[in-house]
Amino acid sequence: MSHSALDSGPAAAGSTAALDPGPGQPEAGSTPQLRKRRRSFLPYGLILPAAILELLIHIGPMLLGIWIAFISLTQLNLTNWLNAPFVGLQNFINGLNPESTIGQAFFSTVGRTLGYTILVVGFSWVLGMAGAVFLSSNFKGRALLRTFFLVPYALPAYVGTIAWAFMFNQRDGAVNQILVDTFRLFGDERPFWLLGENSFGAMVVVNVWQLWPFAFLMLMAALQNVPTDVYEAAAIDGATLWQQFRRITLPMVRPANGVLLMVMSLWTFNQFNIPFVLFGASSPNEATLISPLIYQNSFGSWNFGLGGAMSVLLLIALFIASVFYIRMVLPKGADND
Amino acid sequence: MIETRNFRILRNIVLTVLSLWVAVPLYVVVSTSLKPLKDVSGLFQWIPHEITASPYLDIWTTVPLAKYFQNSLIITICATACSVTVAVLAAYAIARLQFKGKRAFSLTVLSTQMFPGILFLLPLYLIFTQIRNMTGLQLQGSYLGLIITYMTFTLPFAIWMLSGYFASIPKELEEASMIDGTGRMGALFRVILPVAKPGIIAVAVYSFISAWGEVLFASVLTNEATKTLSLGLKAYASESDVFWNQLMAASVVVSLPVLIGFILVQKHLVAGLSSGAVK
Repeated sequence: MSHSALDSGPAAAGSTAALDPGPGQPEAGSTPQLRKRRRSFLPYGLILPAAILELLIHIGPMLLGIWIAFISLTQLNLTNWLNAPFVGLQNFINGLNPESTIGQAFFSTVGRTLGYTILVVGFSWVLGMAGAVFLSSNFKGRALLRTFFLVPYALPAYVGTIAWAFMFNQRDGAVNQILVDTFRLFGDERPFWLLGENSFGAMVVVNVWQLWPFAFLMLMAALQNVPTDVYEAAAIDGATLWQQFRRITLPMVRPANGVLLMVMSLWTFNQFNIPFVLFGASSPNEATLISPLIYQNSFGSWNFGLGGAMSVLLLIALFIASVFYIRMVLPKGADND
Repeated sequence: MIETRNFRILRNIVLTVLSLWVAVPLYVVVSTSLKPLKDVSGLFQWIPHEITASPYLDIWTTVPLAKYFQNSLIITICATACSVTVAVLAAYAIARLQFKGKRAFSLTVLSTQMFPGILFLLPLYLIFTQIRNMTGLQLQGSYLGLIITYMTFTLPFAIWMLSGYFASIPKELEEASMIDGTGRMGALFRVILPVAKPGIIAVAVYSFISAWGEVLFASVLTNEATKTLSLGLKAYASESDVFWNQLMAASVVVSLPVLIGFILVQKHLVAGLSSGAVK
């Protein structure tokens, strides 16, 4: 609070001067200027802590990450990394050649991660929308259900994943009990869910379970701003429920929707926690996403240069995406508001 | 929407399906945490044959859970408090003050949110190594390293949400306070912060949840003494055996702090989101 005590002096003088520019105050002309100059330092003081952290933890490492892609960094020179030899584009040539196995793995992983993102975000949005629409009208138990639906989002990410790992894990787990024993879906077979091709689907399920409450939360917040009399008018005109949803609800949530889809896509594209807890440090081939792939290459095979080269490509792709993202989030001319 | 009979029927069906979808994994966790180890393997028992509280007692001795708990609490609380403080100051500058470089600053903060943690992990490790070599300041395997990492990673979202929230507060409120002689900072602390409480709580909850569940940086930046819960829980699974009942009991215990906090403030969370982020 010492800050505010310091600040109140000149600012107070400034505002009295502005209110009462009497002829008996010769300094009235200079005070607003003084106030303006003092103010012009204040914003920088306010953003300074954030700027330092961003530089030290975000910008600096990002630049260093680009540098790593061009040097030969191994377990041996890790602690003395400033003296690691410069190797030019060698890491890119070794790792990202589409003819080589590593290169093929990289590009198919990018494709798989994109597909994964579309599936997870799509399902999460649909579930979130369903929950938001049906919980926006008032009925008994609404507040309780709303809280309950948010539980998977509030749980630590690894707890939800552990729960699903247990349900998927054994041949006799809860998932197989429901699908095989109750619904007789696979005949006599009891599929393994965390191995081979099934692992991809299992990971999608876990991610949707954790992510959909976020869509639900944001969409519900957006729906609160939709006035109910619009629906009443539409119903009187004979609009069906589906028409009301298409013509009123969807357009009303559109502003929030762009940001929501973008944020969810980013989180999902960058997903690391779920595969890490579900499969351990190395995922099955069919379920490897881009973040775990870079982790495996860097900390699994100690090939930091290769991991770095992959990171740089990812960085470029995300940078392009971020231009679109920022256009959506930040209104143009934010300087002049 | 207008509540016709069809609407109500559809609502009941959809909400029942969603409730089951949320409830089944939670039920599996809680029911497994109350079973003796012998009932945990084999065909899953939806209705436990035998109920025991012993997993909840054993978890504290199988693994140094209390120690991990303490580590997680210290790191998460510090990171949340610092993140919220730093974000409030920066968000206020963005929402209310004009200055050169404002757009560049906002753009930088926002764009860093795009990039996955994995891109920062190794470089951050190297930078921390270098800082240790040069100054002796230990950032790996210490609370400090994880605290500043976590607080920075929650900053972009926090700044973005709070600046939206601050911008929605009428300017007249603080102008009145400044005329009364409080100055800008006085207006921020005495007028803006109390009004913005829902937004600040929403941001704090978000930061707390993110830091409490983080795995990636914790896996590289902690050692045995500073290990957090997210990694500590792994110890219930040994090479040969997984103590599923204890793992689930520990999961319940670990989830309680965030869950209780979340339920207490979730009203503020919806209010904070609807006037801050969604606009």
